[in-house]
Formats: sequence, structure tokens, C-alpha cells
Amino acid sequence: MKIRTKLGPYFYILPALIIVLVFRTLPILSSFTASFTDYDIGGFHGFVGFANYARMLSDARFWQSVLNTVFFVLGVVPAGLLIPLFLAMLLRRKLAGKSFYRTIYFLPVVTSAVAISVVWTWLYNPEAGPINQIITALGGEPLLWLREPRGIFEMMLSPLGIHPKGVLAGPSLALVSLMMVSVWKSTGYNTVLFLAGLENIDETYYEAAKLDGAGAWGTFRHITWPLLSPTTYYVLIMSTIVSFKTFALVYVMTPPPGGGPLGTTNVMVFYLFQKAFDRFDIGYASAISVFLFLILLSLTIAQRRIAGRRVYYS
Amino acid sequence: MMLLNRRTAVKSITKHFFLILGGIVMLLPFLWMVNTSLQQGGLSNYVEAWTKVPFGRYFLNTLFVTLLTVAGVLVTASLAAYSFATMKYKGRNFLFLLFLSTMMVPQPVYLAPSYVILAKLGWINTYMALIIPWTTNVFSIFLFRQHFKTIPKTLYEAAILDGCGRLKYLWKVVLPLSKPVIVTVILFNIIGSWNSFMWPLVVTHSENLRVLQVGLSYFNQEQSSNFELLMAASTFSTIPLVILFLFVQKRIVASYSRSGIKD
Repeated sequence: MKIRTKLGPYFYILPALIIVLVFRTLPILSSFTASFTDYDIGGFHGFVGFANYARMLSDARFWQSVLNTVFFVLGVVPAGLLIPLFLAMLLRRKLAGKSFYRTIYFLPVVTSAVAISVVWTWLYNPEAGPINQIITALGGEPLLWLREPRGIFEMMLSPLGIHPKGVLAGPSLALVSLMMVSVWKSTGYNTVLFLAGLENIDETYYEAAKLDGAGAWGTFRHITWPLLSPTTYYVLIMSTIVSFKTFALVYVMTPPPGGGPLGTTNVMVFYLFQKAFDRFDIGYASAISVFLFLILLSLTIAQRRIAGRRVYYS
Repeated sequence: MMLLNRRTAVKSITKHFFLILGGIVMLLPFLWMVNTSLQQGGLSNYVEAWTKVPFGRYFLNTLFVTLLTVAGVLVTASLAAYSFATMKYKGRNFLFLLFLSTMMVPQPVYLAPSYVILAKLGWINTYMALIIPWTTNVFSIFLFRQHFKTIPKTLYEAAILDGCGRLKYLWKVVLPLSKPVIVTVILFNIIGSWNSFMWPLVVTHSENLRVLQVGLSYFNQEQSSNFELLMAASTFSTIPLVILFLFVQKRIVASYSRSGIKD
């Protein structure tokens, strides 16, 4: 009887513990150790020290994936913050049709990334897709969208005779097309988060501001923005992590091999996926995983240090 | 007064203008999807897409995997959370941190070693690989634990005095008091399981085991110029979750905003 009560709690936790240990903790730790090994389709060939990491340094395709991921994050995160904040500001307070709007905005969130990607591939289709049809109907030049490898800055500036090269050419239109879908898909979710944050702000602050004769911008700047900062901060961290993890959109809309035109949509998770499962180069793929994890970890810490200090908890 | 009314009217019209614009941007891709799916062959596009590859099989696979995953999560997560929330034992805090730490690492990071582990277990290309690793979910454990901690201890003491065992207390008292959390956990895991793509893409190869998302992705590659069929397939793959969403819309939105988690 006594033994039973002593062991009791462990019986409750055991099923979950086994699964967490075998399918989370073990593979997480293995990806660290595997990054120091030569592990391919033929199995384990011994430890190789930092060779996989050294290979990363000289792998142009890898650095391309890092650059593409950085472009992706820098584009998606701010847009995915400002548009939802704007919509949430409009939706707060009593408003006819509020829940109707919220339902529509949320629809892309619950829809699978694969289905969404299939649909957007069609919308972006250069020959027959609706987007180009609208553009031509309005008298514009149709674009190649997902098949366009040229950087968007290059595309915008070349009519002026300026031809930026390399990083300065910007993300390819193909990558920007993916970014727009990503923002479109997450807008409803972030809007709902901001809406919840806005509804948590005590109405008396606004009444006081009104009495003081504060204008709309002043009220936003001095009341809404600081009091909303915990939500903003949370959305910032979540969208950064989610953007770094992007896979399904890239895989379905710009399918392998390649990762888009001239590899311009080849993002980090897509690249490590190809290394791991097309080449079965587990050692090298693990080194990329560890690199990805370290970036995410340091970004989270940095955001906590920098943005976290400005977060105002009422 | 008139001026004030006119100003509020203008303000609300401006608001609705932007909100409707946003709504159009959100809805238009879905409308185009349905519209294209009905071009040329009309409804027969749906029949053709459905029969061209075994979508029925994909649906059943997805349904089967989703049901077992959700059932597994409910059992394992509520049990673990119950011990974390109500019992005192050695290593409890360590184990809780161990669980939470796995949430810090995104799934793509450990995908390759997971494959190796599944291969060693002989589970590649089996339902086991699709289901077992997802029969617990740390975030669900966390949600359950937060809620279980709010249930007053006096209730437990009273129940024990009545000769109620611990497991019976969980079943008869705690879980009935936790319906909103249970619903949240079920919804999250249904959506997550139904929409999961990377994992089933990696751990299964044969067509018999394909789930909906993987099937749709292959269909997309095979029929890449057959837009009517592709849109028909996208429509019927999307409909189940959209219907679920429209029915329990408030619940899902509230769950997402309260707990803030995605995919």
C-alpha cells in the first residue's frame, strides 16, 4: 500500500514521459551529437569534430538559405505586426459586424498551409492566374510571381537605370510572393491576439486622456502602445519563430528540387529538409539544425533583453 | 450635436471601409478557389479529383490518425498534468522543466534524428509513426496543469474522506470541472493533426498511408496544370475544418487568443 502511494505519481506521468523522452528529448539531444558525426544513408561513419560546421561555412547554398530566411523574417514580421494591429484598432469597441469580420480574418489561420499553398500557386500563375488577369485588365504588366528570380529592388530600380546586385537586389519576387501569403495566413491570428490585448486595457485611461484633451495619435502613442506592449512583444517573438520555421509554403509553392527560381526561395528549413531526406545527409543536416536553433535561441534572448525592457506590465 | 453625429458616422464608415477591404483580401482566395473548381466540368471536377487519386483513403487515414492522436493526448496529458498539479514527489519540478524545455525547440530542428529513431524502431511507413509520437503534447499538459491548479484542495480532501481514490477523483471531479480546457485541447490537437504536413511527409512513403495534406501536395505536383481539379481537391480538403471552425468559431478564437499558440 505504501509503495503504491510512493510510486503512484510516476504512474500518472509515465505515458507522457516515455513519449517526451523518446520522441522529443532524445532526438533533440541527438541532433547535437549527430552534428559532429558523419551519418548518411550507409549509417554511422564516426565522429568528425567540427567538419560539418566547417562545410557550412563554405557552402554557398547554405548561406543563400540563411540570407533568404533573413529576408523572409524581416519582411513578414513587421508586416505581420502592423497590419493586424491596425485591424485590431478598428475592431475594438462595439462595432456592427465585429464577429463577422473576425471570422473571415481567422479563416486562413485554420486552413492548412498545403491547401492554401495550392490555391495561391494558382492565383500567382503567370499565364492564366487571376492576379495577372486583373493586372492586365487594369493595363499593367503581368509578373512572373513565384517564377521570378530577380530581386524586387532590382526590378523597381532597373527602369531608372540603377542595377543593384547581390544582397542589395533584395529578395526575389518569388520569395516576396511567399512572404505575402505568410502574412495573409497569420493576419487573423495576430489580429485576435492584439484584440485581446486591447480589450485588457482599462477604459479609465482613455477617459482620462479624453479629459486632458489628447488627440487620437497622442492617445495611441502614450496609452495604447505602451499598455499593449506585452502583446506586441509576444506577437513579435512568436512571428519571428514561426517565420524561421517556414516550410510547407516553400515546399508546396516552389517545389523541390531547387527551392524556387535560382534557389531564391530556398530557406533554411527547406534546405535542411533536402539535406536530410533527399540526400540523407543526417550529420550535415543536424549541423544546420543546431545553427538554426542557436539563431532562434539568441534572437529570443536578444528580444527579451532589448524589447523586454520596454515592455510595460500594468 | 448634428456635427458630432456626422463625425461619428464618417468615422464608422471609414472603419468599415478598411475592415471590408481586409475582409475581401482574406476571402477572395477562397472564392477564387471555389470558382475555379467549378469551371469547365462543374461539379464533375470534384468527382474526377476524388477518383483520380484515392482521396477517400487519404481522408480516412487523416481521420484515423487525428482521432487516435487526440484521444492519446487527452489521456496522457490529463494524467501527467494531474500529477504535476496535485501531487508532491521527487523530481517533479525537474520533470516539468524537462517537458517545457522540449517546447523551446522547433520541430524541424530534430526532424532528422526523429527519423533515425523511428527507423530503429521499425516504424517508418506505419501508422505507429504517424500516431504514437503525437499522443502527448506538452502544451496541452501545460494547459491542463494551469487549470487543475485552480481547483480547490478542500474538494480533494472531502472526496478522500468519502473514500474516493485519486484516479476516481480525476475522473469524477476534476475532469468534469475542466470542460473548457478539454475542448481547447481537443480543438488544438484536431487542427494540428489534421493540418500537419512535414512529419507525415517524412515518415511515410506508401500511398496507402498518405494523409490528406501529403496526398494534396503530391496531387499538386502531378496535376500542376490541371487547375480545376486542384481547386476542387483544395476545396474538399479545406471544408471539414472550415465547417468545424464555423461551428465552434468563438471557442477556437478564444482558445487561440487565451493561450497564444500556433501550428
